[in-house]
Amino acid sequence: MEHIVIIGNGISGVTVARHIRKLSDKKITIVSTETDYFFSRTALMYIYMGHMKFEHTQPYEPYFWKKNRIELKKGYVKTIESQSKTLHFAEGGTLQYDKLIIATGSKPNKFGWPGQDLNGVQGLYSKQDLDTLEQNAPNNKVCKRAVIVGGGLIGIELAEMLNSRNIPVTFLVRESSFWNGVLPEGESEMINRHIKNHHIDLRLGMNLKEIKADENGHAKSIVITETEEEIECNVVGLTAGVSPNINFIKESNIETNRGILVNRHLETNIKDIFAIGDCAEQREAIGQRRPIEAVWYTGRMMGEALAQTICGNPTEYKPGHWFNSAKFLDIEYQTYGWVFAKPRENEAHFHWKHEDDTKCITVCYDTSNNKFLGINTFGIRMRHEVFDRWLTEERDVDYVINNLPEANFDPEFYTHFEKDILSTYNQSLQTI
Amino acid sequence: MSLASPDALEISTKQKVALATGLIGLLILILAFFNVNFPNRAVFLALSLGLITLGTVIYSRDAYLTKLEGIKNDGVWFKSISSRGVLGWGLGVVLTAFYIVLYFFEELLGAGQGANGANTGLIALFDPLSNLLSGRNASQWFVYGTLYTVAIAAFGYKFILKYRHNKYQQLRTISVIFFQLGFAYLIPEFMHVMNSDLPYYDLKSVWPLNYYLFQDYHLNEFLNAGNIGIALIIFGVVSTLVITPILTYKYGKRWYCSWVCGCGGLAETAGDSFRNLSSKKMSAWKLERWLIHAVLVFSVIMTVAVVSTFLKGHWEGDTFVKANYWLSNEVFLISIGLFLTAVFTGIMLFKRNELGKDARYGAIGYAIVILSLFVIYFTGTNEQIFFIKSDSLKSAYGFAIGSVFSGVIGTGFYPILGSRSWCRFGCPMAAILGFQQRMFSKFRITTNGGQCISCGNCSNSCEMGIDVRAYAQKGENIVRSSCVGCGVCSAVCPRGVLKLENDSMEGRINPTEILLGNDVDLMDLVNQK
Repeated sequence: MEHIVIIGNGISGVTVARHIRKLSDKKITIVSTETDYFFSRTALMYIYMGHMKFEHTQPYEPYFWKKNRIELKKGYVKTIESQSKTLHFAEGGTLQYDKLIIATGSKPNKFGWPGQDLNGVQGLYSKQDLDTLEQNAPNNKVCKRAVIVGGGLIGIELAEMLNSRNIPVTFLVRESSFWNGVLPEGESEMINRHIKNHHIDLRLGMNLKEIKADENGHAKSIVITETEEEIECNVVGLTAGVSPNINFIKESNIETNRGILVNRHLETNIKDIFAIGDCAEQREAIGQRRPIEAVWYTGRMMGEALAQTICGNPTEYKPGHWFNSAKFLDIEYQTYGWVFAKPRENEAHFHWKHEDDTKCITVCYDTSNNKFLGINTFGIRMRHEVFDRWLTEERDVDYVINNLPEANFDPEFYTHFEKDILSTYNQSLQTI
Repeated sequence: MSLASPDALEISTKQKVALATGLIGLLILILAFFNVNFPNRAVFLALSLGLITLGTVIYSRDAYLTKLEGIKNDGVWFKSISSRGVLGWGLGVVLTAFYIVLYFFEELLGAGQGANGANTGLIALFDPLSNLLSGRNASQWFVYGTLYTVAIAAFGYKFILKYRHNKYQQLRTISVIFFQLGFAYLIPEFMHVMNSDLPYYDLKSVWPLNYYLFQDYHLNEFLNAGNIGIALIIFGVVSTLVITPILTYKYGKRWYCSWVCGCGGLAETAGDSFRNLSSKKMSAWKLERWLIHAVLVFSVIMTVAVVSTFLKGHWEGDTFVKANYWLSNEVFLISIGLFLTAVFTGIMLFKRNELGKDARYGAIGYAIVILSLFVIYFTGTNEQIFFIKSDSLKSAYGFAIGSVFSGVIGTGFYPILGSRSWCRFGCPMAAILGFQQRMFSKFRITTNGGQCISCGNCSNSCEMGIDVRAYAQKGENIVRSSCVGCGVCSAVCPRGVLKLENDSMEGRINPTEILLGNDVDLMDLVNQK
């Protein structure tokens, strides 16, 4: 019986395993050193905040794996020997595979800051990171202040987490406005204000110069490059993005760039070795997507596609329309299609913001033919299915704005804003 | 009443003052329980209930209004009271003890213990209010009803502040407060004033939740009360057979369970802090399905048996007086049998696929009920049903379902089993509504395409123990008989994945293999069966 070995028990690895099981009787082993069972990485924050316990973040009960004959092996893969199809573990021991799927995810970026490896300095990606944070910042007596470096999705989650335990937070963001490499100006500025409303000390356009240590080798303060200001703190969160977690592969003959290079079938340069999820890098970017997509959904979709290939139905990874979501403190964010921070050539944005400063949308369209290209929505839930259909049908922007009620996904009895959006849209047309 | 107190360490001074205020109010009740004689009962009762309410109000305002609108679940699993800690177990013991005293030792509360049968102790403290409302002294049920109503109103206010960004939650909570205060508490008292022959009847309490509705003493009291009594019997039958199915078809069982019902009302307000404690394990779901349907079968059989004896007649001293109603015992039993057969056949013909493997269990339940009808007919004598004295059978039923299950376990165990263990495992009404919700209802919780991140907030906050995430992460709508439509899963979802909706019956249940967002051809290939 063919033995499929998967390194990594995150969403990508577990999705491919589940789908291989649905399609075949192959022997499946998932190897991980992080945790015994699959958990939802995106939910780590809620454990620290006390909304859930760790076991609640596990989507399947322990019996699930046995029932579906998916073997779980705890171990750290040190090397891959592709000639003999053997994995060597750091703890000792080996494992033979027929086909190998690498789904090892990401690790937090560090940019060579002085003091970046001190105690009390950490990223937030793995279960181990969460355990470290629980030690470093159990309450505001042990951790009197935390500094977060890097204004992305993990940075704002970490700020929300620390805030929930009343730990003062200074949030250093390199950009002039929060996440404005991705979000259009109006949205990014609204989130700036929302962060400050939560009493988080947001510092825009500020870089980390160094982290200073106390006599025990523990972080005691940071210095800001631009102002030379020194801020005392007990925890420094490094959240300046993530990169593929592939150090253990560098020795092997698997071709890598920033990530493991794969073709559209998610195959590496070595036969019978595949890579999916955050650690995979497309040789050529797909559409307007980045070559490395460190997103929950794309990891899952790669798993869905690769299971087909593994089970004898060669299938390209061919994702549909781009979508994503996040939550910035109390403001939910969803996006469908493409809305870039600044309109590109032949593109324009229509922006609407509610006066309460917690809801807004940005619609991107093609100025040459009015084609709808994408939408960002903040504080208003919208239907994935409807926007997916409109993008496929290549609807124009007028149609989309006029039919927004169809896409509304807010709970019953919520106030609707479609009329207001439509009249703002009509006014903006008249002024052009 | 200060059920929601988190660890005292983390709360503000204002919250401590609020807790103290509420506890003083509670202390007055405890002192009354231990027979401290208050000089002016009306004043002290008002003071007690007022302080409890005031404490809850101040506490809630400080807990929620000092923060921005949003989800307020920080520290739920750290707080002793809401994570089966020492406070949780302690509260569980106190509540359980209270229910045991209430149901089985009302004399400890002071019912009729004074001179000439006057009340003493805790119940006496409530006499002034009872006299004000209906001109009679209080009973333990009046005390319980008052405290119950205060709890729903005060903690309902807390819940409204907690979800002040969410109109669905607010309206739903106003609704349960309204129905508790009006229908369960005030209207029955006023009905007594207008017609003192009428038994207590909470108009919103529908059979089979209202298990005593068709018991002979109750039916007799109705019949003795004249036309209004007969109208109420008819209303009781109509609410079960007509009103309930129509509303459940249109809105799902939530119209009752989380908008109207008193048990649900308490669970959603005072029980809110414990909603996370329900077990989401598959084993719990299996137990739930056996238990709740067994209770349903049991309550149908018991009700039929009780009505059957009523239709035969009653004893007056040593002589048995044959009854002479327009409905005879035989006709009654046959029509129940025919009705159930019609329902069963209809489902087997039209809904067989949706039942799946459960069809077998449905058939077993049906067979047991029909068999029981025969047994009731052939073994039922003037005194006995199932060869047991009918009186003892009735009281055993009231004891098992009405007292132990709904009260002692259902509410007493809030801090251990979660706030809806009665609704989930024991309520026969929830079983019927749930069955209909699964089979004939427009209601579902829609999953938003491929947006789920499997975080588990939805499952964690489901008071009915539904593993909501198991559906959401498959892109599948949630159509579960136990769902009471409280909407909290939708509220806490950080990615806007869940929405409670009433839509067409078609395509309501939609399991998918590949989720939206992936390759369209692949989705088509894999999802076509």
